[in-house]
Amino acid sequence: MVRLVAFLVGLFFSGMLLLGLGDTVITAIKEPAVPSVEAEFHEETLPVKFAHDGPLGKYDRGQLQRGLKVYSEVCAACHSLKLVSFRDFAALGYSEDQVKALAKAWKTEVPSINPETGEPATRPAIPADKIPSPFANEVAARAANNNALPPDLSLITKARENGPAYVYSLLLGYRDQAGYKNEDGKELLKEFPEAATPAGLHFNPWFANLNIAMAAPIAADDQVTYDDGTKATKAQMAKDVSAFLTWAAEPKMENRKSAGWAALGFLLVFTVLAWMSYKTIWADKKH
Amino acid sequence: MSFPWAQEYKPQGAVSKWVDERLPLPRLVYNAVGAGYPVPRNLNYFWNFGVLAGVALVIQIVTGIVLAMHYYASVDGAFNSVEHIMRDVNSGWFVRYAHMNGASFFFIVVYIHIFRGLFYGSYKAPREMIWLLGVTIFLLMMATAFMGYVLPWGQMSFWGAQVITGFFSAIPLVGEPLRQLLLGGFAPDQAALNRFFSLHYLLPFVIAGVIILHIWALHIPGSSNPTGVSVKGEQDTVPFHPYYTAKDGFGLGIFLIFFVAVTFFAPNMLGHPDNYIPANPLSTPAHIVPEWYFLPFYAILKAFTVDFGIPFTGIIIIPAKLMGVLAMFGSILLLFFLPWLDTSPVRSGHYRPLFRKFFWYGLIPSLVILTYCGGKPPYTQWVVLSQLAAAYYFAHFLIILPIVSRIERPLPLPNSITEAVTGKPLPAAA
Repeated sequence: MVRLVAFLVGLFFSGMLLLGLGDTVITAIKEPAVPSVEAEFHEETLPVKFAHDGPLGKYDRGQLQRGLKVYSEVCAACHSLKLVSFRDFAALGYSEDQVKALAKAWKTEVPSINPETGEPATRPAIPADKIPSPFANEVAARAANNNALPPDLSLITKARENGPAYVYSLLLGYRDQAGYKNEDGKELLKEFPEAATPAGLHFNPWFANLNIAMAAPIAADDQVTYDDGTKATKAQMAKDVSAFLTWAAEPKMENRKSAGWAALGFLLVFTVLAWMSYKTIWADKKH
Repeated sequence: MSFPWAQEYKPQGAVSKWVDERLPLPRLVYNAVGAGYPVPRNLNYFWNFGVLAGVALVIQIVTGIVLAMHYYASVDGAFNSVEHIMRDVNSGWFVRYAHMNGASFFFIVVYIHIFRGLFYGSYKAPREMIWLLGVTIFLLMMATAFMGYVLPWGQMSFWGAQVITGFFSAIPLVGEPLRQLLLGGFAPDQAALNRFFSLHYLLPFVIAGVIILHIWALHIPGSSNPTGVSVKGEQDTVPFHPYYTAKDGFGLGIFLIFFVAVTFFAPNMLGHPDNYIPANPLSTPAHIVPEWYFLPFYAILKAFTVDFGIPFTGIIIIPAKLMGVLAMFGSILLLFFLPWLDTSPVRSGHYRPLFRKFFWYGLIPSLVILTYCGGKPPYTQWVVLSQLAAAYYFAHFLIILPIVSRIERPLPLPNSITEAVTGKPLPAAA
């Protein structure tokens, strides 16, 4: 009985699936899928290497400090970094006094109240504060940005596939759409005339739908003046800020990797010992 | 339980004797996983995975309890509380990454454990009850893992909850009210998050309880073995301790090396980037995909594309969506009937030439294909492949296995485990 019912259920499910298969194939032949503009023109991330890549990689402190400078002078005008506190910047190699000074000099102040009247007010940041957001709320952010919402950057390198390279590619990925061709030599506006970038958006083949609301934030060399004398090329700034945002998303990466090596070392010894005791105990037993 | 030659627990010293007379807990452990449990001597490394699954559950419970101390089940605070654990709690990043990857490794280990059972016929008499309890544990694990994934309240958490609870709305008439009852609202929100957290904390202990039954049921007939031949005498077995405690210790080391390598050096490899975006009910991700261990079932769900009805009348009896949901649940529930579908008296796949072919060239590839296609967007080639693989999956268990076990001529079995191991026939007097 069980087998009879099973046989019928099996026939039904497998039959419906094969019917569906036929249907899928017929539909695909009758109405072949039209390749989308994203499928043809969205680009893979640019190749870029960081000091923190790989199981032995560590953050380059100088690069993180340069990246912080790019973030604070360029990105912070629109993008918040809500999950990071000023005190965390000690990990970038700043002294306690430098962190205090950084917090105090931050362009946006921290929302607060007037201690006398209770009226809303602002005060300079202290190391214990999170990085203050440039806009009071989402409505203000959208109102200032043509109804687009600049995402918080605290986790951006973990919230995108291949995040650090994605940020780097996106920052350098602004192109002139007129006459733009992909690697196969196909011209976008000839293949997809309806895909012209709408007004208020900016063409960037590294963005998921090719048109991003953010105007190119890194527009020219030397937009930022680095304190350590590094030449601030566009690629250098993009790379530094990507490294900084990788740190912001994963501040414990170095602890993680060093703990990982210690754990692996311990386990290697443990496993060898366990293997030897296994061999010893079973020495007289054929199995 | 079990074999008359099992070693008996002999308490040493006054305290042990005193305890043994009042609460013989050490005796229970001795008989369950100590020298008092005789085990076939020929178990291969696939028999390590039961113990490893137990270890994986312990890792999940320990890390989970610590996480719950810092987690805040609120739609406004959950996401940030997870980031608080990652950034501010001492070694919180380790506990959280271990829990996150521990779930994946739990499934890896359990899948290997299940495939061991499928290949070596561990579900056959007299071990059906062990198998039934095992499938129950698997279902509980899936429920627990799903609810755990919702807790960080990222984009995939939210939309995953939306999709999975949406299965219930496919049920005719009562579907939508049932879904609202389960969620405590029209969409996943505070009520759903709270109850998922509560159940996510409860279910692992239910799993632990069913595992105790699973092991209890195991100790009635004793462990199966790669030949599938029953134990005939003392020479066929060794005491669990020290023989298999040593072997499991080595297996545990290898398992932990893999686990640690992923947890410390590629902790987000098995996850989805979208879950680092806070949940937003107004913005649907481009591709909603579950965690990797659900992908084969997700592929089955999506593989049903045509309604079942009366041709040329337009009358639909079972819409495609409902059929997908039924098939998805059915694909797991059918495992409950496996002991009665595969009627071959030979347990081990080693001695079943036809079964073995269908196992390696049919079942395994179809599951690999389903896992792969489950994570792909619904383009024609992936849909066709998963329809083919899903059709095979159902046919394998419901049609092919019963037929194979009837028509197959198994290879000759060894007379005993010892003969299979040593190559020598048993002495006549044994």
